[in-house]
Amino acid sequence: MGENESEMVTIHVMGKKHEVPADLTIMKAMEYAGHQFRRGAGCRGGYCGACAAMYRVKGSYKLEGALACQKIVEDGMYIAQIPFSPAEKITYDLSELKPDANTFLEYYPEISRCLSCNTCTKACPQDIEVMDYVQASLRGDVEGAARLSFDCIGCGLCAVRCPAEIVPYNVGQLARRLNSRYVIGPTEHVLKRVGEVEAGEFDADIDELKRSDRKTLQKRYESREVKL
Amino acid sequence: MSGYPEYMQGLLKLVEETRPDRVGKALRAMNAEEKEQILRDWHPDYKMDQKRKLKIGSSAGELMPHEVADTLEAHPVIKPGDIDLSNVVYDVDVLVIGAGGAGLSASLTAIEHGVAPDNVLMIQKLRLGDANSKMSQGGIQAADAPDDNPTIHYLDVIGGGHYANKPDLVEAMVKEGPDVIKWHEELGVTYDKLEDGTMQLAPGGGTSRKRMHSCKDYTGLEITRVLVDEFINKEISYVEFTSAVELVMDDKGQVAGAVLWDMDHDDYTVARAKSTILATGGFGRLHIQGFETTNHYGATNDGVVMAYHVGANLRDLDSTQFHPTGAAYPAQIVGQLCTEKLRARGAQPLNNDGVLFVYPLETRDVEASALIRECYGREKGIVTPTGMRGVWLDTPLIDVINGEGTIEREFAAMFRTFNKFGIDIREEPMLVYPTLHYQNGGVEINVQCETNVPGLYAAGEVCGGIHGKNRLMGNSQLDLYVFGRRAGRFSAERAKTATLGDLTLDHLDVYEKMLADAGVVTDRKAPTLLPEYRGKRTLEHQLKML
Repeated sequence: MGENESEMVTIHVMGKKHEVPADLTIMKAMEYAGHQFRRGAGCRGGYCGACAAMYRVKGSYKLEGALACQKIVEDGMYIAQIPFSPAEKITYDLSELKPDANTFLEYYPEISRCLSCNTCTKACPQDIEVMDYVQASLRGDVEGAARLSFDCIGCGLCAVRCPAEIVPYNVGQLARRLNSRYVIGPTEHVLKRVGEVEAGEFDADIDELKRSDRKTLQKRYESREVKL
Repeated sequence: MSGYPEYMQGLLKLVEETRPDRVGKALRAMNAEEKEQILRDWHPDYKMDQKRKLKIGSSAGELMPHEVADTLEAHPVIKPGDIDLSNVVYDVDVLVIGAGGAGLSASLTAIEHGVAPDNVLMIQKLRLGDANSKMSQGGIQAADAPDDNPTIHYLDVIGGGHYANKPDLVEAMVKEGPDVIKWHEELGVTYDKLEDGTMQLAPGGGTSRKRMHSCKDYTGLEITRVLVDEFINKEISYVEFTSAVELVMDDKGQVAGAVLWDMDHDDYTVARAKSTILATGGFGRLHIQGFETTNHYGATNDGVVMAYHVGANLRDLDSTQFHPTGAAYPAQIVGQLCTEKLRARGAQPLNNDGVLFVYPLETRDVEASALIRECYGREKGIVTPTGMRGVWLDTPLIDVINGEGTIEREFAAMFRTFNKFGIDIREEPMLVYPTLHYQNGGVEINVQCETNVPGLYAAGEVCGGIHGKNRLMGNSQLDLYVFGRRAGRFSAERAKTATLGDLTLDHLDVYEKMLADAGVVTDRKAPTLLPEYRGKRTLEHQLKML
């Protein structure tokens, strides 16, 4: 891929210049140039956040964030991968927490230093309203913080850019777990079914299927009721 | 503005024109004979020239794709003499290899069963949580709805798997499904729910009930990141960017740990363990038959290779899952997953006339075959600028059927991905073609996740037997947690009484002898650890100077 004839652009990876096909992602362009990733590559589909990168385009002063597997190269791009952020993840016992502002302030007190500068939001390659969910957690709006942060893939770019040294993605993770456990809570029909399974209610029927020969099973399968 | 090139505009018009008539219409599902016929004629698994019989080991004679056989008919990457086994750096009860859903569940469960957090060691080739588990979009099955139950789930699994599944494993999976969901919710996983507090459930290909639980279209991401967060909370020891490259045995014939290779420094360490759990995932990055893949960068079949070196039994590796709908356009995302949930919520596969040509929720093997037939048998595909063929997946129907806003709300990931390339999937269809998705087979286990080699456990995609010859959507997410937890529990129990003898790598010499006796002459080495995507110039001019 990328080795057929196509328009070429110039990129600089950690300062070194390469000519690469214009239609490649940063990740594939780096591979085209000869790089084998050991760090800084993951799912290659925008789901894992392992390939966070910062870049600047020649002539601009702006540093921008991107996922290397999602961003198409641009001519004159200067690229550095940020595959690791040494941010602190607080440890806690979820069963002892309360879903309120004090929990956030106790574990991540730096959120109170938020300058509302929105740099985190601008850095987010997922276009999440990062500052808004940090502010929501500060207000104790657990549901809001959980909802706004839901699409976070934990790439770490917000934390790298935050002048108040907040680690938004960890705050969002705490919000979502608190929201699920305490605001939403367990699902009744799930608990009921767990009880029925434990009581052995399906054992006899499943045993019978397990003992059936292929012909009988196939007949049961082909004639099973479909309710969608 | 359209996200597709000018020459496709006429074809897109046909999709729009036929859309109103297609609302609420579906073709009937195929009957058993039709399914058999289309699989035989069009499914990549049935191309016998793409497979061969394995020459060596306990599964000699088993058919498997050339790419898989190549990793088994290959030299181990180390020789026994290279490694100083007297220098044990990590000495633990439970060693977990792989940090996806199965490995994380196994670690968390092992400590619940009495192993101290610093007596579990998790080894991960890449980052904690980086795995196919995280990339699952559409959902996880569990039979907890009032009109559903584990018996119905059992029948769906075994019929979908063409009756080749191991019944005990299917039973364990379907019975524990509801408990997995309960466990997730206790940990703080957010599932999609309806206003009344019940689960929002969707169907999947081959399911007879709505059984798919989802977290928007970030299901795997949501579950994995919660498990990672909890894993760190429990202070379980782990090492990232370190690969297991071979299992270590002892002189009693037990697996007793692994040789670990530091991906940053290219040096090795030895880990000794009373129980070792393989949770290394699948083989998508082997690109079977040249297919693009949905898989994670690290999916290179390492676990199956290491297990085979110590004599573990394999099964069902002849069967590979091709997901019906991988992206076919734009070129930058070719092969990436377009979740089955799109079809579950109403999107239809259409040919170049804008005509629906298959029931949208056949099992994956049948659905994929129908797409391949449409493109290459009936010549009804749409050709992309790079020469690839695909069919439309009419996503705008989702909002037509379920109301405006459904796509943005339930398919945030899909919407975002395509939007980056100028395609608004609320307005325009996707262009899709089958993509390599999952290894249906792997290392054989029993319900305690034991392999036939004492001390070696396995869970997740590396295993075979659960899904038979075809897996249903949402059952891999489920199997990760069911068997991950079982592996954690039973490996912890074993560690309480197991005693280890002297460590050895003699099995690698035995393996080399098997290769020689079978006349395998090759310079291939495995496990391969990472796929090779470097440019031609670099590969042709390699010089190792340092």
